[in-house]
Amino acid sequence: MPKCPECDADVTVGGDAVKGEIVACPDCGAELEVTETSPLALALAPEEEEDWGE
Amino acid sequence: MSSTPTVGVLLSRVRVEEKLLLEDLERRGIPAKTIDDRALVLEAERRPELGCDVVLERCIQHSRALYALSVLNTWGIPTVNTFEVADVCGNKLLTTMRLIRDGVPTPRTRLAFTPESALEAIEALGYPAVLKPLVGSWGRLISKVNDRDAAESILEHKDVLGTYIHSIYYVQEYVPKPGRDIRAFVVGDETIGAIYRSSEHWITNTARGGKASRCPVTPELNDLCVRAARAVGGGVVAIDVLEGPEGLLVNEVNYTMEFRNSIDTTGVNIPAKIVDHALALARKAQQADA
Repeated sequence: MPKCPECDADVTVGGDAVKGEIVACPDCGAELEVTETSPLALALAPEEEEDWGE
Repeated sequence: MSSTPTVGVLLSRVRVEEKLLLEDLERRGIPAKTIDDRALVLEAERRPELGCDVVLERCIQHSRALYALSVLNTWGIPTVNTFEVADVCGNKLLTTMRLIRDGVPTPRTRLAFTPESALEAIEALGYPAVLKPLVGSWGRLISKVNDRDAAESILEHKDVLGTYIHSIYYVQEYVPKPGRDIRAFVVGDETIGAIYRSSEHWITNTARGGKASRCPVTPELNDLCVRAARAVGGGVVAIDVLEGPEGLLVNEVNYTMEFRNSIDTTGVNIPAKIVDHALALARKAQQADA
């Protein structure tokens, strides 16, 4: 099971997760990006920037 | 007969919307290719070989979307949306000017370049007024200016703390609305659905806690939204509409629209409509090349 890079908690990710998807750490709430799906790897998601949006 | 087009999806962060689009493509057996904007290198001098017939732009960052679309469109690669649409919709002043050019009702707007002239503009419009950054989403940094003290303070902050773009002052009249606004979705020449976004706060974005409920697409709303979409260049856009005392006003137009809260609410399969639009565009380009 992948660990949160912020607080080292175990993070459960759904089987349908795709690369680039964002999940939240259940312990510390950090936003994590799925960087690989096989095997699962997580990294801290980029911080929101001024030009983000829709 | 041409083969099924391959749809490229340009993105970095996979939000619920991107997942729904990718799932729709997979479910229908449409060849798809995910293009991560963080790994993308576009050679300006030659047509990008992306392995797809149409690019569905879903970048979370406006600047990446804008510049990628510039290269792709210059080389004739069909995209949803186009560079023109991204350029206009990504900038509130450019959007306003297109709406005014095409006679689409929109809140009264003033443009100023110094804190002093911006204050003058605010006072002339009357309090409350609204100050907005030219570029930005999700209701970020939008200020309701209730009096002269607040105006002076906000303008000083923007002048001192902001980058140069925050010293282009975009001032709008405050439109009193009935605790909600309308978000309408336009694909091509049709308003496919709409929601009310209700909030006790004057900012009603669902990203800021606004609650979605179904809004009927009346002929009046459809006509207004389609005209707004055409004004910015057409395609797949979300129109923010205010119910002002004197009628409907188009507030903003969004070009990489979020719709996660609107599928169940409207009963419309929005991702499927977007994919259909992208496929139609790709087929049109294929026919033109044949």
